[in-house]
Amino acid sequence: MSKIISNLEPIVAQVKDGDTLMLGGFGLSGLPEYSIDALLKSGVKNLTCISNNAGVDDFGIGLMLKTRQVKKMISSYVGENAEFERQLLNGELEVELIPQGTLAERIRAGGAGIPAFFTPAGVGTEVAEGKETREFEGKTYLMEHWLRADFSFVKAWKGDAMGNLIYKGTARNFNPMMATAGKIVVAEVEEIVPVGELDPNFVHTPGIYINYLFKGENYEKRIEQRTVSSN
Amino acid sequence: MLDKNGIARRIAKELKDGYYVNLGIGIPTLVANYIPSGINVVLQSENGLLGIGPFPNDSEVDPDLINAGKQTITMIPGSSLFSSADSFAMIRGGHVDLTVLGAMEVSENGDISNWKVPGKMVKGMGGAMDLVASAKNIIVAMQHKSKDGKSKLLKNCSLPITGLRCVKKIVTELGVFEVLPEGGFMLLERAKGVGIEEIQNSTEGKLKISGSVFEMEE
Repeated sequence: MSKIISNLEPIVAQVKDGDTLMLGGFGLSGLPEYSIDALLKSGVKNLTCISNNAGVDDFGIGLMLKTRQVKKMISSYVGENAEFERQLLNGELEVELIPQGTLAERIRAGGAGIPAFFTPAGVGTEVAEGKETREFEGKTYLMEHWLRADFSFVKAWKGDAMGNLIYKGTARNFNPMMATAGKIVVAEVEEIVPVGELDPNFVHTPGIYINYLFKGENYEKRIEQRTVSSN
Repeated sequence: MLDKNGIARRIAKELKDGYYVNLGIGIPTLVANYIPSGINVVLQSENGLLGIGPFPNDSEVDPDLINAGKQTITMIPGSSLFSSADSFAMIRGGHVDLTVLGAMEVSENGDISNWKVPGKMVKGMGGAMDLVASAKNIIVAMQHKSKDGKSKLLKNCSLPITGLRCVKKIVTELGVFEVLPEGGFMLLERAKGVGIEEIQNSTEGKLKISGSVFEMEE
């Protein structure tokens, strides 16, 4: 049983207009660069994209905004993107902003089969509008629902043919939860290692969640805020 | 009067050995430069790291290692990495000892507004709502007045709320304020050369003063 694919296009071709996608990454770190490229080439439209951020104008999901493939973004923070701002102000793009921890947990819940949960985040704010609240031990909490997707595209560091993944640094971010919450999950990695080489003690995402594994070459890994120490 | 670094230096005095701390973007990030000697704290980055180190030198820059402000960083020995779900589990679960963040407004009962200005492009709340809803101890670092001269320490917040009754302490260029459980800003310390009258005139919410207020030495 090998989940390795050498070409993303046949899989991405299964994405239909109007589908909901999850795309891993935080800022520009841990982005499924090759999957985004394949989605751009496929021309699929009216997508709802769940991703913490919306990329920048010329990298990440920003590229899919430029090609007008995105109908709706579900994110926690969408700054640093002029085209995003233009489409939003013109009413060409829908946006649902969700507190970052709630977004992470809604995705986790989606993968874990938990349809709803209560969180304190957003109580008393506009995020709470229209949502059920309940008091537990004297504190008010907000009910939030799971998120699930037709396809999840995640990026890991290393993987094997069974789909086991490990991530590197803070490029892990939303990828592990998204890997559990898509009907079809495509993981792209920088390195494919032989089955048995990943120490099972250190596997981050067990292969059960992964449908396809793709190895990308020479990731660009754009840096948004290159900050170095002065000395 | 304190400059940004002075505000950060004053907040750093609130740190205790063994604290796990989340520092927001802006002035709060500067607090890391003033951690008192002999005190070890572990800085949390909500994208998924405990143990933020100094900014890297040129050869250490790693695109797979960034903080919540998307800046390149390093890790201290003993760091741990995890998903954003785990990260917010430790935030929501009350495991982070101190959260320092910026604000546009704070009300006298501790409400905070810091994510949205009506009529301006909304960028999103990021992790701010999760942080303020669950943190045990929240210190706000901000300028006392807005650019157009309006007090940011208010009776009620006028901007969209980020969280209710959560701010415990505020440090501005003018002084240090405790948000009292019954409401009101208790003036704990004033910056060097800043008089009580100036603070009074700059504070729209209820200012409480008890005895002679300590004047900072620098």
